[in-house]
Formats: sequence, structure tokens, C-alpha cells
Amino acid sequence: MAEIPSDVLLRLDRVTVEFNDTPALKDVTFQLRKGETVVLLGASGSGKTVLLKTALGLIPPSEGNVFLLGRNITRLRERELMDLRSRLGVLFQEGGLFDSLTIEENVAYPLVNQKSLECPPEEIRSRVEEALQFVELEHTLEKLPSELSGGMRRRVGIARAIVSHPDFLLYDSPTAGLDPITANTIMALIAKERDLRHITTALATHRFQDGQLLANYHFDAKTQSLQPIGANGEVDVRTRFVVMGEGRVVFEGEQEELERCKDAYVAMFGRRWKG
Amino acid sequence: MLDWLKPPVLKLQEFILLSGRAFVNLFRAPHYWNDVAVQMDIIGVGSVPIVSMIGFFSGAVITLQMSRALNQYGAQGEVGRIVSITLVRELGPVLTAVIVAGRNASGMASELGSMKVTEQIDAMRALGTDPTQKLVTPRLLATMFMLPMLTIIADFIGLIGGYIVACVMLNLTTATTYWSTSYQVLEYDDIAQGLIKPLVFAIVIALVGCFYGLETTGGTQGVGRATTRAVVVASVWIFVLTFFIGKFFVQLG
Repeated sequence: MAEIPSDVLLRLDRVTVEFNDTPALKDVTFQLRKGETVVLLGASGSGKTVLLKTALGLIPPSEGNVFLLGRNITRLRERELMDLRSRLGVLFQEGGLFDSLTIEENVAYPLVNQKSLECPPEEIRSRVEEALQFVELEHTLEKLPSELSGGMRRRVGIARAIVSHPDFLLYDSPTAGLDPITANTIMALIAKERDLRHITTALATHRFQDGQLLANYHFDAKTQSLQPIGANGEVDVRTRFVVMGEGRVVFEGEQEELERCKDAYVAMFGRRWKG
Repeated sequence: MLDWLKPPVLKLQEFILLSGRAFVNLFRAPHYWNDVAVQMDIIGVGSVPIVSMIGFFSGAVITLQMSRALNQYGAQGEVGRIVSITLVRELGPVLTAVIVAGRNASGMASELGSMKVTEQIDAMRALGTDPTQKLVTPRLLATMFMLPMLTIIADFIGLIGGYIVACVMLNLTTATTYWSTSYQVLEYDDIAQGLIKPLVFAIVIALVGCFYGLETTGGTQGVGRATTRAVVVASVWIFVLTFFIGKFFVQLG
């Protein structure tokens, strides 16, 4: 089997996933390299979520191989997977917060439960506060998820994903079902996390403008705001677009290629929000 | 040709795998004792009032129905024996288990089902916990511990119900005769089957409830379906198993 280069954090190699004989992913090859941003576009039901869950080892592939942080996880035992998973952060579609736990307990969850992180108990509180400050929700520690709005829950989900200082982050439709203003706040946070900590990011979304934002803007630490890339000096952000349709990867390339693409389905994502 | 057999066999296989993991986890770290305590409170303490009610009235109704039959033979003094044996061997364990199945198998299925459809189970796995260890094993342990206790409570309160009907309402016998015969009639194998049954039922209730919860698909409707199935399947198994355990003890005797 081919050796996996050390800068490849995630690779799906000709992966097929089936549920009750219905394929959800068909022969998908996907790769995420250290330092890059990948925007995974696709209509709902196109397999974005399944792809991310397969990458985490939550769904076993029927065919093909999944490599996570250099290891083939296709047939790995759940306990060994836990250690690998502790090195990445995930935001689930609806946030995936535990509704019986307070916000503090939710954000502390990976630190308390992921043994390989070896977080000393006395540090947990300060790291939770730091993560919540990042998403500007430090005042909600004692609240329950049901007491927060949809956008706030998504932000707590981001705090929980970044609290363990992961090597890379996977976001599953972070803006789905949110109003445009809240969606922009969420996207700004994602860009901020990517640019301040130089974190490799994979983002699944059905909104092209989310991808555009990540491809064309970066978070400027000095002004504490989003700035267009290239406006003042070089910023090293590589953003790649992957379009999925009916369980297959139908397009892969840079933003300009996506906007020029003639394929009707792909163009739907590239054109709708242009200009 | 045998394609129709595939889904049920697959489901059985998954159920057995889940049960195996849940039991193995009893002996494997990490243990979530807090969750065990919370579940014991919900399943055990929470069920005491309803289990007492059911126990009381089942004891009372057995006495009431038996009183006529016993009168025909002039055997009113035997009422304590009959109530005691029926309750301890059969009605106590089964009725308590059915009540707990209705309360807690449904509770487990709906709670775990909601967690499943809102991706909380996936989040749990992604954040370093095994859902079987964190959710199923504590519920299994708590039910296994609490159901025999509840059964003992139901048996005892049932005997009180029988006493009130037999001695206070119908004057069938004296209090001393009632209590001494109902105590003397019980043998070790009655106690054994009266406690083994709730232990087996507890395993069925917890595992069936959790299994249907964890395999929920299809949003809130799916949660409703999982809940119904859990209660129905658990209740049916309770009646099937009580027959076989009873048969075993009859052969033994």
C-alpha cells in the first residue's frame, strides 16, 4: 500500500459507503493536506456529512480505505480510534451539544473524557473559559444548551471543537438554518480560528459564499477583523473547492475554476452568489 | 429466497453484540458511577410509588377473587399462603417488570433515540467516549440492581393489600394466621425464582430500551417508533421468559 506523506492529514481512498444497500458515497477519493482549507460543497443529501463521518471513523466504509493522521483507520478498533480522534475537532451539523449538560460541561467534555489529551483537572476550567471567550460566550457557563439560540449553540459547538487545540478541524454545515447575519458571525469565527492558530480546515456547506469568504478573506490579528486576502501583504491561505453530488466528487479545484466550470450542477454552486 | 430472514437476523446479531459489549464494559474502565447513581434514582426511586400502588392492588384483588373459592372449601385460613405464593413467584416480578418496562425501557429508548437523531451519540464517539460504556452499561447496572429491590417492595406491599382485604374487609382469617402462613409457605426456591426473574427482566428491559434507542433513525417520528417498540418487545419478552423460568423451577422441584 502506498505510503502516506506526512503532510496528508486525511485521505479517503476510493471509499464507498452503503446504508442498507443504498450507496451514500460512491468511489470517493478525498484528501486534506496540512495548512490548506477545503470547502466541501453540495446539495443536501449529496454525501457531505457521510464523508466527514467516514473520515472520523464514525461510519465504516464498505469499500476503500480511510487514512487519518497517517494511519489506516478502516479496520481500527474503536478504542484506538479515540486517541486519533482526540487530535481533531469537529462541529456537527446542529452543534451536537449534549442537552443534559451545561455549557461548561459540554465544552469541557473532550478534555475530561479524552485520556490521550492528558489535560490536568485544574487546567480544565481555564481552557473552557478561553475557548468560550474565543466565541464570545464566556457568560453562558452555567446555562443549558436549550436556553441558547441556534447561533449561540453553534458557537458553543465551535468552542467545544477547539478546546482541545486540535491539529485540524472539520465543520459540518455550520451555517445551515441560520439567518445571514448569524451565519456570517459563525464564518468569521471559523476564519479567525483558522488564521490565528494556522489550523487546517475542512468545511462542508451548501452555501458558496461560505467558501468564498474562507478563500478570499483572512482574519487580521491587528485589526481584529476580516480583511481581503492580498490587500496588505501576502497571506498564505490555500483554499480548494470540492463539489459533491449524489455521493460522488464531481468537481475539485480552485475558486476560479469552479466559477468557470460549465457543468450545470457545479455551476449552480459557483454562480449563484457571484458578484 | 430467504431474504426476508435477513433483517431480523441482522437485528438479532446487533442486539447480541450490544449486549456483549454492555456486559464486558461492566469489568472494564472507565466506569461512570455518577451515571449509574443517576439512573438508579430514575429507575429505582422514581418507580417506588407506582410499583407500590400496583403491588397493593394486585395483592388485594387476588385475595378478593380467591375469597369465594376458598369459602366453598372452607379453606379461608389458607388465604395468606395463596397470596404469598402468587405474589412472590409470579405477579410481583412480572407486574413490577412490566411497569418498569413501561416507565424506563420507553424512557431509555426515547432519550437515547433523541440523542441519536441530534448527533449527540456521534459527538460522544468523536469526543472520546464509548456510548455503550457511557449510556448502556450504567442503565443496565442500575436496572439490574433496582428491579429486584422494587420487586421485594411490590411483594411486601401486595401482602399488606391482601391482609387488608382478608382480615379487615372480609374477616376471612386472623392477622396472626395470615402473616404466619404467608411467611411459612415460602421456600428457598420461591425466593430464588422471585429474585432471579427480576434480574433477568432487568437485563431485558435495559438492553431492549437502549438497543431500540441507539438504532433510531428518521427524526422525531423515529424516536416515537423506537419508544413503542422498546416497550412492546420488552413486555412480550417478560411474559415469555417468566414462563420458561417458571418451567425450570417446576422441573427442579
